[in-house]
Amino acid sequence: MAPAPPATAAGPSLVETLFQRSLDDLVKSLRADPSAAGESAAVARALSEIHREIRAADAATKAVALQKLTYLSSLHFAPVASHPLAFPAIELLASPHLPHKRLAYLAASLSLHPASLSLLPLATHQLHKDLSPSASSAAAHRHVSALALQLLASPAAAAAPDLAIHLAHDLVPHLSRGCPRAIAAASRVIASSPSAAVPVLFKPLAACLASPDPRASTAAAAAFCDLSAPPADAAPFLPLAPDLYNLLTTSRSNWALIKVLKVFARLAPLESRLAARIVDPVCQLLTRSAAMSLTFECIRTVLTALPAHDAAVRLAIGKAKEFLAAEDDPNLRYLGLLALGMIGPAYASTVHDCRDVIAQSLGDADSNIRREALHLMMGMVDENNVMDIAGMLVSHAAKSDPEFANEILGAVLAACGRNVYELVEDFDRYASLLADMARSLHCAQGDEIGRQLVDVALRVHDARPELVRSARTLLIDPALLGNHFLCPVLSAAAWISGEYVQFSKDPVELVEALLQPRTSLLPMSVRAVYIHAVFKIITFCFSMYVERLDNSSEAVDAVFDDLAVDQSVGEERNVAHVSGEEQGIRPISVEKDPVSGEEKGIRTHTVEKDPFSHESILYMINLIQTTLGPLVECNEVEVQERARNLIGFIHLAREIQELKERKVNGDKNSRVKELVVTVRAIFCQELGPVSANAQKNVVPPDGLVLENLAELTNIVSEDDTTPSTSVVFHPRSCHSAEVRDEPAVSIGSSSLSEHRKRHGLFYLPTGKAEDEANDYPHANDPLLPASDETVIDDKFKTIEPVLAGKKIKSTKSRPKVVKLDGEDFLSTMVANASVPKEDPLSGAVRGVLLTRDAKPSSSQNVSVIMSEGMLNKTGTCESSSQWMEKRESDLGGDPTSSSRTNKHRDKEKGTDLPEIDGNESRKHRSSSRSGRRQGKHKHRERSSTQPDIVPQAPVIQDFLL
Amino acid sequence: MNGSPEVEERLPWSRGGNRGGDDDRFVLFVNKQGQTRLAQYYEHLSLDERRALEGEIVRKCLARTDQQCSFVEHRNYKVVYRRYASLFFLVGVDNDENELAILEFIHLLVETMDRHFGNVCELDIMFHLEKVHFMLEEMVMNGCIVETSKQNILAPIQLMEKSS
Repeated sequence: MAPAPPATAAGPSLVETLFQRSLDDLVKSLRADPSAAGESAAVARALSEIHREIRAADAATKAVALQKLTYLSSLHFAPVASHPLAFPAIELLASPHLPHKRLAYLAASLSLHPASLSLLPLATHQLHKDLSPSASSAAAHRHVSALALQLLASPAAAAAPDLAIHLAHDLVPHLSRGCPRAIAAASRVIASSPSAAVPVLFKPLAACLASPDPRASTAAAAAFCDLSAPPADAAPFLPLAPDLYNLLTTSRSNWALIKVLKVFARLAPLESRLAARIVDPVCQLLTRSAAMSLTFECIRTVLTALPAHDAAVRLAIGKAKEFLAAEDDPNLRYLGLLALGMIGPAYASTVHDCRDVIAQSLGDADSNIRREALHLMMGMVDENNVMDIAGMLVSHAAKSDPEFANEILGAVLAACGRNVYELVEDFDRYASLLADMARSLHCAQGDEIGRQLVDVALRVHDARPELVRSARTLLIDPALLGNHFLCPVLSAAAWISGEYVQFSKDPVELVEALLQPRTSLLPMSVRAVYIHAVFKIITFCFSMYVERLDNSSEAVDAVFDDLAVDQSVGEERNVAHVSGEEQGIRPISVEKDPVSGEEKGIRTHTVEKDPFSHESILYMINLIQTTLGPLVECNEVEVQERARNLIGFIHLAREIQELKERKVNGDKNSRVKELVVTVRAIFCQELGPVSANAQKNVVPPDGLVLENLAELTNIVSEDDTTPSTSVVFHPRSCHSAEVRDEPAVSIGSSSLSEHRKRHGLFYLPTGKAEDEANDYPHANDPLLPASDETVIDDKFKTIEPVLAGKKIKSTKSRPKVVKLDGEDFLSTMVANASVPKEDPLSGAVRGVLLTRDAKPSSSQNVSVIMSEGMLNKTGTCESSSQWMEKRESDLGGDPTSSSRTNKHRDKEKGTDLPEIDGNESRKHRSSSRSGRRQGKHKHRERSSTQPDIVPQAPVIQDFLL
Repeated sequence: MNGSPEVEERLPWSRGGNRGGDDDRFVLFVNKQGQTRLAQYYEHLSLDERRALEGEIVRKCLARTDQQCSFVEHRNYKVVYRRYASLFFLVGVDNDENELAILEFIHLLVETMDRHFGNVCELDIMFHLEKVHFMLEEMVMNGCIVETSKQNILAPIQLMEKSS
């Protein structure tokens, strides 16, 4: 290729012109071989041709090449290097031949590649020429200027702000004759470089709103709709309200009306009287219009911007319900649901009325409709109906496809768990609902369900019996063990049934469930939890057994005799077990021994009657030994360690029993008890959630020597890096260990040694753990169950006001949910995060509107002239003086508009306010610390953060006087 | 192949970046086989982005039935689509755009093409892509729909045909 250029530049040009393939030929060749390979070959061939042809001196050849290149680059992802497309396009812009020019403009506006855009400034002069009035005929000129305007309105121009700045003045004459293209181009230019373009273009553009030509006014409405769109601030466009209002009442174009309504929807929240003014025309449109698009826009405007006008809202809701009822049109049903979602809290009851329709939509064929229905359902949830809705949704999830089922479950979990279960009153039902969710067919939300199960167990004392019941149903079901999504749930269930075993009706059954053969399917981390749960259960049973012996001390002797007999059986089994282990296999001794086989039958019988009888304990011991024996050799440290602990404990218990049986009676009795009570004491300490910030609140007791404090602060700060604000259950969690450490410090030295023993038993004795345990007061000190009611109450005052109101009104007393002060810091952060920022467009628009009286600099001459024209025109507007008055009086401070936020203000008292005076501060209050309803206030919040509504007063005069 | 991607990202895109005007983002005609027949973008996307976008959207739309609504949420925009015979007409809009109005716009565009070509079909669009672009240009300016009269839309094209 390299040596070719001199030849190709001149030589083949004639041949090419004669034999050049046209675009039609190209399309035909592409169609000739529809396979992907054939197509890409054709594209490659065509590209190489084009690269040659496009350098031809002949304009016609070049034009056809450009045409083909445009085609390929727009449809076939042809890797167009920048220059071949951009440079010839710019060359051809100057062509006097209209079709060539047209092609060139099309190519330029389609090629948005940055490299070609960087060449666009080269076209500035040509654009200027095409925009300026020329000697050619009016029709041709209009045509040419239309092309140039098209390019200016294309995104290409927006990427080249210099172009916009240089050509802004050329747009003005076209704007003043109301050319829709010029209007669109002006809007694009203003958007791309506000500071330069607004002074020149804004007022002519505003004048177009009042143009008698419907095309111009429609285009202007669209332009202002575009300019005032959300990231920009709508407030500077308030002075345009009279013209927009005229358009709203007189325009017959649905498109224009939709755009005007959109602008009003943004302006109305800024100016309460504007809302009162537009409500009638909007309602008229709503009742009259046959076009669904316009009807929907009216509904949206009323529901989002005019929520204070009851009649209008009711009308809009009625229309929305008509949309919902459209059986044959999924589009309308979807939009109907969207409209329901816009209804404010004041009309929540009307949404509730539609509950059946919404529930029905959950089963719609369309996933969008289903999702919207789910969203609405979740929006309806309050403390009275949360369980009904959640139950209904969970049963619905069973019938849905996997994806949607999980969306439902996720939504239910998020709604119920929000803000520490603030909606949930009936935790018993919630506990069983969580279990139902876990059993739901497609459930993949195991992590969250497991987390909530443990979280509820830790926080809500009253829910524990029901949680243990639910956990049991999960654990005894062997089918769940194979589902890896449910591992976290099973892990949580195992933990709950071990930790709160005292609520269990049948610990023996639990032990059987936790040791069932299919547990081998579980991941090792979960097995470790299972084994530990068994440990807790067996400890509990032992302690109950020993306690019972104590209580019936007169019958002690008889029981001991029984024990002795049984123990001998147990011992035999032990021997058998050892021999089995020697063989390397694990034959279950029950099978071997016909006597014990019989006994087993008897045992299970007695076990059912009484879980704490001697027989059932022996049965459990044997079951544990046979099942966990092999795990002592397990490779996984956690499992191995726990299995060893448990087996060791059982051996210990047995040896003591033997001792008791063969030697001194009184002594061994007390040693059994001591062992059992000690171990039980370790487990029966209450666990509570711990705030991440709790450590700071602990006051060290007098006389406590903190020798290695520096070392400890390092350790604590390392631990604090976890972002979670509550204790999250985990098999290895050192948080949960710490929680249980507490009694060691507060009870006294004897329990200290217990504590050490426990650490020796269950955790690798690291220096860190020891230090923390011995010398440092723990994070959850004030949360000890003994004192938690009072301490929590005064420590967490911040939450109380929120909860107080609800508690009073709820008929059934809600169980106490332990909450921590640090736990709302996330929502506070969210509130603070939404710091609005000034955008350049609104700043510029405001700037030009405000500087009316300011000395007109040379560059602003045009704008001043235009603005005077504008003043005359708008001066005739009949409603102008009313607008003015309204505006003025509102600025004096309108008490009615603040009533809406009063409720919030009460709650929010005492928060720090930014230094903003009067009107504005109330809005800030609502945004500063409302963690719960954050989303709904966004709109108002955003608008309120423009502190210069007051300085805008002159703006109105500017336009209307 | 086409410039460095870093350059693309640094450009001050008024539309994609700091502004979210409520207007069209793109217009696509795609046939049932997933081949693009017209692509008009009102914001810049790199070739790879376009390829991914068109592929994903077409897959989503093809999977939908007549019983489902004509709106598809895709990334940060909403795609309003309508199917005529073998061609899908897709318009990408911002989330608060009026979906029904866009459907009406699509219908108007198809009617206009129908009037010009007479029983418009996929082949007409393939062989007269420019004309369709010109019609679109007449109707949509700066992503906003500015012209809704078929006669006005077609006038410049007829003028051009007469002159050449």
